[in-house]
Amino acid sequence: MAILVSLGAVLAIVVIALIGAQVGPLQYLLGILVPYAAFAIFIGGFIWRVVYWGKSPVPFRIPTTAGQEYSFPWIKRNRFDNPVKLWEVLVRMFLEVFAFRSLFRHTRAELRGGNLIYGPSKWLWLGALMFHYSFLVIALRHLRFFVQPTPEFVKTIENIDGMLQIGAPHMYLSEVMLLTGLAILLGRRFFAPRIRYISLANDYFPLFLIIAIATTGILMRFLFRVDIVGVKELVLGLASFHPTLPDGIGAMFFIHVLLVSALLAYFPFSKLMHMGGVFMSPTRNLVNNTRMKRHVNPWWTPPKFHTYEEYEEEYRDLMKEAGIPVERE
Amino acid sequence: MAKELTPQETLRIDLRPPKQDWMDIPVNIKEGIYCYPAKPEKIECVDMPNAHKWSPVEEDWGLPENWKEIFLEGFRERLDKHRTFKIFMDICVRCGACADKCHFFIGSGDPKNMPVVRAELLRSVYRGEFTKAGQILGRLAGARKLTMPVLKEIWYYLFQCTECRRCSLFCPYGIDTAEITILGRELINLFGLNINWIQEPVCNCYNTGNHLGLLPHTFKQNIEFLCDDIEEFVGIKIEPTFNRKGAEILFVTPSGDVFAEPGIYTLMGYLMLFEHIGLDYTWSTYACEGGNFGFFTSLEMAQRLNAKIYHEAERLGVKWILGGECGHMWRVIHQYMNTFQKPVDSLEEPISPITGTKFENAKSLKMVHISEFTADLIKHGKLKLDPSRNDHLKVTYHDSCNPSRGMGMLEEPRYVIKNVCNHFYEMPENTIREETFCCGSGSGLNAGENMELRMRGGLPRANAVKHVHNKYGVNTLACVCAIDRAVLPASMEYWVPGVDVAGVSELVANALIMEGENERSVNLRGEEIPGRAPKEEEAQEDV
Repeated sequence: MAILVSLGAVLAIVVIALIGAQVGPLQYLLGILVPYAAFAIFIGGFIWRVVYWGKSPVPFRIPTTAGQEYSFPWIKRNRFDNPVKLWEVLVRMFLEVFAFRSLFRHTRAELRGGNLIYGPSKWLWLGALMFHYSFLVIALRHLRFFVQPTPEFVKTIENIDGMLQIGAPHMYLSEVMLLTGLAILLGRRFFAPRIRYISLANDYFPLFLIIAIATTGILMRFLFRVDIVGVKELVLGLASFHPTLPDGIGAMFFIHVLLVSALLAYFPFSKLMHMGGVFMSPTRNLVNNTRMKRHVNPWWTPPKFHTYEEYEEEYRDLMKEAGIPVERE
Repeated sequence: MAKELTPQETLRIDLRPPKQDWMDIPVNIKEGIYCYPAKPEKIECVDMPNAHKWSPVEEDWGLPENWKEIFLEGFRERLDKHRTFKIFMDICVRCGACADKCHFFIGSGDPKNMPVVRAELLRSVYRGEFTKAGQILGRLAGARKLTMPVLKEIWYYLFQCTECRRCSLFCPYGIDTAEITILGRELINLFGLNINWIQEPVCNCYNTGNHLGLLPHTFKQNIEFLCDDIEEFVGIKIEPTFNRKGAEILFVTPSGDVFAEPGIYTLMGYLMLFEHIGLDYTWSTYACEGGNFGFFTSLEMAQRLNAKIYHEAERLGVKWILGGECGHMWRVIHQYMNTFQKPVDSLEEPISPITGTKFENAKSLKMVHISEFTADLIKHGKLKLDPSRNDHLKVTYHDSCNPSRGMGMLEEPRYVIKNVCNHFYEMPENTIREETFCCGSGSGLNAGENMELRMRGGLPRANAVKHVHNKYGVNTLACVCAIDRAVLPASMEYWVPGVDVAGVSELVANALIMEGENERSVNLRGEEIPGRAPKEEEAQEDV
């Protein structure tokens, strides 16, 4: 059900764009208004969500410590899995964000003949890494459309990305890696029973959406060629807030753009916000120095507890009898 | 247990999920899994709301009419107070990395014990009640409304999580199920749905200072009984002091060690260690509980119970505080206490009076862990040790969840063990240190009525012990946690017969060569140490 609905939603977007692309005035909507609106929702929504999170304080310092604590000079500590200094926690975060450190720990537990066996399991890590990095590379390559002249680093990325020089135009490594990564991520949801069990439409929809984006992008380069000069003119116009709509760009482009717009607009209201959340997760981004430094909870209230005076009042006779010193005889 | 399952029966675990969607499987509250509800008087005792009689297996849980409002209002309030809660509700991508990391899932195969689903139980309510998408799309967006069956399900699984944080280690975003369980338990405590195994210790601790409800004279007597045992087994008379003003150090340890085997041997270990080094310290009958079952009730309750330690340290005028072996006690002390309580000016930065070592890592809180303290003593050669007295022991070490994932104290206890035992073997690497498995009964789930749950949750730990038991003949499971000492013996008996559980300080004291001691032919348990029977020694002396 979740799969069908998600797939249906993505197909509906494709169909809407396909129809819209055939109708002149709607091209204006699809090519200019919708991307603007989607981008505004993305930026606004992203900021709103981060501010919403940020409005709640972090009352307690609760990092998940994943290595030896700082104690004695003669005990080797694990700086980056159990940081006590700011730069150490920055390294921890860097490894988390750029190398998916925690996912790399992933193991697989199996019960065989009454014995539990834990094996390494790197598929999720690999799929996630391939997907995210190739997505980043592709996003950066798209800067070619937004900036004139094309920045040098974008050209460098393109050269590296296309270095295999297979096919004409050259196939990009990132295209293959993106689809492979997506296939791994989607394949897990289809075929790994536990992952299938926990998957919601919220999980399938973005995957299908991104697959559709990648596919239309690739189709535009290889099969349904679009007018690349027109595309650049349109995108440059959007970027400089002087949008124009050149003629004869090709329907595939409008499909691609509507899918991307859907992704942008969906982003702030979905689990995709893990992109922002990963930086703000208190079990990862805090130093483990709670005994070295006092941290203040902004909503702290004094504890209402059973004081020693009350305690002695209740048990004075028993205490005296047992020879335990008391404050008042 | 309703009916006693043999280990073989318990092991029939299917880790594959059922066909049916988890939202379609109504909660089935089973005997052997759930814990008995809190007695009303134990709730009233600490002024918590809606103390009432009820039963989890009955239809009506006796909730106030506006329970939904209370729950949702409490939910909203906690979202505003804890960034963790908001983020953990929003960013899970359901990648499944946590699924098989939970000891309860591995041991039961119940899909709702996968940390991701455990969190989704609450997250679905969050979406259904607080987010637009959830309200419009409903189930399609993984959302549902809060209903009585939903509440029952949440309740049931809140008490099948030991807040061990193993899943949070593997989560790419550090989503911490312990945090969700802590706040979830706060919510059900808004209308009196705690379990008695947690609530009664809370009430006891509030009044008498310890979970067991030992009155001041009983607490003192119990420790004096243990001193008698030491005199008998070791030949040394120890006279500890209680509530003594002007002592340099206040010592606080979980009260379980005052009372029950094998924790009492650990406590004897402390007494002997302190005697050996001539430590100027005192016990307190008022702040006589290191453990903190308040932490399993609400953060506020944790703060209220924890307040006694500083309060007493100030009254007695000690310089700093030494803490005994306990798991969740150290989570609270290490990560919460310095925020819970205002600093006490009279305390000083802790310095070991024996070695002069400054405990840099505790300079603000002024509270040091006994394993840190002991490791420093050994490093400086301040303890005379004869590890061969532990030669009949083949030892492995169980990292407690909290000191490993909520503190990072991994090497200190190992260093101590390796200096007092000659035969030490590590369990497989995926089951120790930061990846350690819970004993299966933490966070207040060490009751008797939920034995099936405990044995299931204890399986991964026990299975790793079994591995070293079979491979190296390991017969001793060392630990630095009072709950471990209380529950692992049962788990070992069930899964790995032939393995005893011992606190690290017990092993230390057995190896300790004390001035004026006897021939030490028996250990602290009064058991003969193989090869050290007194007769043989006399015979040797004759020759």
